[in-house]
Amino acid sequence: MDNALGKSPDEVQFRFRNDEMVDHAAVTVDSCCDQTNATAVRIEPGDDARVLLPFLDRLALIEVNFPAFGDGRGYSSARILREAGFTGELRAVGDVGIDQLSHMRRCGFDAFAPDKPLNEEDAKRAFATWENVYQATIDGRQTIPQIRHGG
Amino acid sequence: MYKYDSYDQAMVDARVEEFRDQARRRLEGSLSEDEFKPLRLMNGLYLQLHAYMLRVAIPYGTLNSEQMSVLGDIADKYDRGYGHFTTRQNLQYNWIKLEDTADILADLAKVEMHAIQTSGNCIRNISSDHFAGASHDELVDPRPYAELMRQWSSFHPEFTYLPRKFKICVIASEKDRAAMRLHDIGVQIVKNETGEIGARFYAGGGMGRTPMIAPMIREFVPLDQLITYAEACLRVYNRYGRRDNKYKARIKILVHELGRDEYVRQVEEEFAHMLEQGVEPPLEEIARIKPFFADPAFEDGPKQVDRSDPDFALWVDRNTNRHKHDSYVSAVISLKPVGGIPGDATGDQMRLMAKLAKQYSFDELRIMHTQNVVLPHVKIGDLHALWTELEAAGLGSPNLDTIEDMIACPGLDYCALANARSIPLAQRISERFDASGKTEKLGELKLKISGCINACGHHHAGHIGILGVDKKGLENYQLSLGGSEAEDTSLAKITGPGFTEDGVIEAVDKVTDVYLDQREGEERFLDTYRRIGMAPFKEALYG
Repeated sequence: MDNALGKSPDEVQFRFRNDEMVDHAAVTVDSCCDQTNATAVRIEPGDDARVLLPFLDRLALIEVNFPAFGDGRGYSSARILREAGFTGELRAVGDVGIDQLSHMRRCGFDAFAPDKPLNEEDAKRAFATWENVYQATIDGRQTIPQIRHGG
Repeated sequence: MYKYDSYDQAMVDARVEEFRDQARRRLEGSLSEDEFKPLRLMNGLYLQLHAYMLRVAIPYGTLNSEQMSVLGDIADKYDRGYGHFTTRQNLQYNWIKLEDTADILADLAKVEMHAIQTSGNCIRNISSDHFAGASHDELVDPRPYAELMRQWSSFHPEFTYLPRKFKICVIASEKDRAAMRLHDIGVQIVKNETGEIGARFYAGGGMGRTPMIAPMIREFVPLDQLITYAEACLRVYNRYGRRDNKYKARIKILVHELGRDEYVRQVEEEFAHMLEQGVEPPLEEIARIKPFFADPAFEDGPKQVDRSDPDFALWVDRNTNRHKHDSYVSAVISLKPVGGIPGDATGDQMRLMAKLAKQYSFDELRIMHTQNVVLPHVKIGDLHALWTELEAAGLGSPNLDTIEDMIACPGLDYCALANARSIPLAQRISERFDASGKTEKLGELKLKISGCINACGHHHAGHIGILGVDKKGLENYQLSLGGSEAEDTSLAKITGPGFTEDGVIEAVDKVTDVYLDQREGEERFLDTYRRIGMAPFKEALYG
């Protein structure tokens, strides 16, 4: 179906969900708030992810853009969205490298569309970097302190 | 002290393999230097003027003999036979090869050490009071809380790409021996009015080009909310700290620009939200960590030393700190020999300190932020034997907290950021004051030297501070007075126009003369300065 919003420009390389992908491009946070038919939105580093909280029910995809991998605001955005109960696709796009994958996954990202395609083997290893973890996040993993004290 | 369990060990081992893989991808070319840089920095690997520098973490400044001994072995095997203890209780090697780094990290991991997050825009090694668990004046040992924060901050998924580096310090006494309020977050473990132990938080302190003293942001955080509150502080910073200018990216600028109250409001809001998220480790975790820091088996013994040898008596007076057990003291091994490089130790010296710790201090050592080493629990009856061995190895300088015990950054001799050399200046000043016999007359006088405005040498917090700058291609030194990193935290003020290297040494001499001339009673240099102000010093310097 032709969509007024156009086709998604992302090349999704890794996806940890089985539902169908949203096939149109994401709109900006501003237009998402004004426009009721958008089901995909893109967050830039300076956007306040909490602005989206009233609209989470109708969003199937939230893209978090990383124009530069050293700008870590998107990690907080992701966690905030998951903490608020967002269950749709949370996609990291932009300057996403091998060495960011494991932390991004822990913050709630379940899809990755790196600008530069990543080596599959390296990525597989990166996702499995930490057999156990110290911090509790919304990924539901049992933490080392929890394991130590019987879960 | 803390011992890794299989989980801690697996985390560190995983990091070694991760770094080995990153180094491989860098050498193969699939990682560019720009991409590799932040990764190597998070493993403590810097590219300096002449070589790679590797910074090894010494969590809250505590280590055992085996660890100290391995640090000495690494210095001999991979470096040029020495290392440099830093103002954040870490150790730096100056001459490291990239291809050796993963092997060094593996050697460190074997003795439960690492270089994780000793650099980069992440939460750095947690620092603490070097007399923790030993001093007579602490409420509790702060290190279990520091260890809890170490684990929480290691590989934190949300806070690995912060606007800028983030330094946390945890203390538990009113006396501040760790420059707590000059950290991004300072935590003081306190007791509230109902006798409950908790954490007082300070945020937004720091040195660098814009020095600030951290304001208190919460009087009391219950222990079962400690990590949650820290997480809230960090999240607000990660989201709103400036990223447009790296010189304005530290949390101190955010707290300053928002104002303390607005920062606190945002943190409290986030904190209320985080409390619902279940991010706090179970309280049993603190209970698990605490016994690692239990007192060793102290025994009653002599409470006085034989003072018939005046050199020994002077060392005891200068370099020991009162212990919570009256038959013990904490003994400071000065790494500031006259004419030496502040904070440097050779591989042999590290192994000797390790041996002495085993023999005299329940296998434990501490690193001070003033770049010295502490044996925290030494029997008073063993002091003479200890001192005799230290003296023989050139480690018996009786100069703790004197002008000779200065902090100095590596400066232009090593550092890619420096504008001026710090080390030769430190060497010349200690030689001069030792030769003139003035050191002893001056008593406590904290001199701190930085080779550039990044202030790694803590010059803002020096009773006397020296800052090296570049003035039309020449090294020039600015003098400042009146700083303190202790519980009476203050920032030093610049005296006026800078000096040449010779000139600044003269200038230090002159300001100390003003003090000797004007001091009343038991006043320290800092007290006299605070009483009489800058004018008499300026007059002596420029009048």
